[in-house]
Amino acid sequence: MITVTDLTKRYARHTAVDHISFEVHKGQIVGFLGPNGAGKTTTMRMLTCFLPPTSGNATVAGFDVLEQSFEVKKRIGYLPETPPLYPEMRTAEYLQFVGSLKGLAKAELAKRVDYVCERCAILDVKDKLLGKLSKGYRQRVGLAQAIIHNPDVLILDEPTSGLDPKQINETRELIKSLAGDHTILLSTHILPEVEQTCEQVIIINKGKLVATDSVSNLQNRARGAESLLVEVGARNGLMDPLKVQSSLELVPGVSRVHLKNKLDNRSIFEVESRKGLVRGDLARAVVEAGWDLNELRPTAVSLEEIFLQLTGEPAAAPAEEAVPAGVK
Amino acid sequence: MRNVWIICRKELRSYFVSPVAYILLAMFAVIFGFFFWNILGYFVFRGMESQMRGQMMPMNVNEEVIRPLLSNVSVIGLFLIPMITMRLFAEEKRTGTIELLATSPVSDVEVILGKWLSAMVLYASMLLLTAINFLFIFRYGHPDWKPLVIGYLGLLLQAGALLAIGTFISTLTKNQIIAGAATFGVCLLLWVLEWVSGYETATWARVLSYMSVITHFESFAKGLLDAKDAIFYVTLIFFGLFLTARSMESLRWRS
Ligand SMILES: Nc1ncnc2c1ncn2[C@@H]1O[C@H](COP(=O)(O)OP(=O)(O)OP(=O)(O)O)[C@@H](O)[C@H]1O
Ligand SMILES: [Mg+2]
Repeated sequence: MITVTDLTKRYARHTAVDHISFEVHKGQIVGFLGPNGAGKTTTMRMLTCFLPPTSGNATVAGFDVLEQSFEVKKRIGYLPETPPLYPEMRTAEYLQFVGSLKGLAKAELAKRVDYVCERCAILDVKDKLLGKLSKGYRQRVGLAQAIIHNPDVLILDEPTSGLDPKQINETRELIKSLAGDHTILLSTHILPEVEQTCEQVIIINKGKLVATDSVSNLQNRARGAESLLVEVGARNGLMDPLKVQSSLELVPGVSRVHLKNKLDNRSIFEVESRKGLVRGDLARAVVEAGWDLNELRPTAVSLEEIFLQLTGEPAAAPAEEAVPAGVK
Repeated sequence: MRNVWIICRKELRSYFVSPVAYILLAMFAVIFGFFFWNILGYFVFRGMESQMRGQMMPMNVNEEVIRPLLSNVSVIGLFLIPMITMRLFAEEKRTGTIELLATSPVSDVEVILGKWLSAMVLYASMLLLTAINFLFIFRYGHPDWKPLVIGYLGLLLQAGALLAIGTFISTLTKNQIIAGAATFGVCLLLWVLEWVSGYETATWARVLSYMSVITHFESFAKGLLDAKDAIFYVTLIFFGLFLTARSMESLRWRS
C-alpha cells in the first residue's frame, strides 16, 4: 500500500531523511518509531504530498506522491503533529468542511460526520468551538477528520501525544479497530504503544533506517536467548550467594548467571539460558538444595532495550542499574 | 469550481464569526458616513451661498458629491484592505491548518481563488453599506445613476488588485501583523506613486505614475468606463494571484 524507495529530504543545512526504504502492506498497522528529530514527521509529510522529496520516490496506494499527488491525496487521511483545527469553527461544521474538501457528496456528508463523531467519541462536543476543546478532544477531532472520507491509507503523526492514560488506551483501541479497512502508518516515540498496537515496526534514527521488522521478531532478535529473573531466599539463617550462583550454573542449559542483588536472606540473579525448558530444572535445583524459590520470571526484552540498542544510545548500563532499585 | 466555493464559504464564515468583519464594516461605515455628510454639508452650504448672491450657478450632484466621495472610498479602502487579507494565509501557516489544505485533493489555484473571492465578498459588503448613503441622495435629488455604477465597478476592480497583492504578501509570513504592515506599505506606495507626475514629466515619472492604482481610478470616478484602466486592474489581479500561486509552490520546495 505504501512503498518507499531511497527517500531523501535535505533541508538547507542537514539531511532530515536519508535514503530510507520500506514497505507497508494492505491492512497492516505499522509503527514508525524514532527519537526526537529522527525524521518521522518529515517522512510523513512527504508521504502525504505536503513536502516534495529531495530524491527517491514513494508511492501510496499505487500512485506516486510527486507525479500523481492528486490521486494520493484522495486516498489518504492525515493527522499532522498538531491537529489542523480552525479555532473559530464548531466540531460538526469543521468535519463537514473537511468532508466536502475531500470530495464527499452532500448526501453522504451528514452520515459520515455522525459516524466519525460516534467512532471517535466526540458526540458530546459536536457543537463546541474547536478553540475551546481540551487537548485530548482536539486530538480526537483530528483523528475524526482523518477518517471522514474513509481513506485507504491513514497516516497518523503521534496520535496519542498529550492524552491522559485512559484516552491513550481508548485511542489505541480506536486505531486498532480501524485497521481492518485501512492501512495505518503511525509515528510515535512511545514504545509500549508500538508493542500494543502495531504488527510491524520501522525504526529510524537521525534520518536513517535502523530496522524494519515485526514486533515479535524484533524482540527475539535483540537477545537470542531467554533471560530469567530468579530470587532465592534462605530458609533458615544465612546463605552464601556464591554457592547458589554456582549451583544455578550447573543446571543444564544455563549459559550465564549474574548476581544482581544481594540482601541479608535473599539474593536476586539474572539467569541467561538457551531458549526453552530450563525453568523447571532451575526451580528443582533451588528447592533441592534447601533454599526457597521466591520468584522466577522471564524478563521480557522490551522494545525499549532494542530501541536503545539500535539507535545506539547509552542503553544497557543505566537500565540494569534501575532494576534492583525497583526490586527492593 | 466546487472547491473554490467550499474554501470561500469557509473563509467568509471565519470573517463573520470573528469580530474582524464587523469591525471592518463598522469602521468603514463610520468613516464613510463622516465623509458623506461633510461633502453633502459643503454642497448644501455652497448651494445656499450662491442663492444668497442671487446667481444661479449650475450645480451637479454627480460632479460635486458622488465623484469626490468615490475617490474617498478608494482611499479608505487602501487602509482597510491589509486588515482583510493579512490573515488569509499567515494564520493557516501559524496554526498548521495549511497542512490540511495542502494534503487535501484541492489545487493551490482553487485555494487561492477561494480565499481571494472571500476577501472580495467582504469588501463588496462594505461597499454595500456605502450604497445606503447614496440611496439618500437619490431620494432627494436626481443624480445620474450610470456613473455611480461605473464608479462602484472601479472600486471593486481596484480593491480586487490590492486584495490579490495582500493575499500574496500573506503567504510570505506566519505573522499576521507583519503581513498586514507589509501590505499596507505596498498599498500606500502604489497610491503615492502618482505624486511624481506632479512635478516631473520624464518617462520614468510617467511609468511610475502609471503604476499607481489611483491614476487608473480617476476615469472610473468620473463615471467613464475606460478599457485601458479596467485592463490595468485586471492585469494586476492576475499578477497578484499568480505570485501567490508561485509563492505557495516555492513554500513547499523551500521548507
Ligand atoms: N522546515 C524545516 N527546516 C529545516 N529543518 C527542519 C525543518 N523541519 C524539520 N527540520 C529538521 O529535520 C529533522 C527531522 O525533523 P522531524 O520533525 O521530521 O523529526 P521527528 O522525527 O518528527 O521528531 P519529533 O519526534 O520531535 O516529532 C530535525 O533535525 C529538524 O530540526
Ligand atoms: Mg514529529
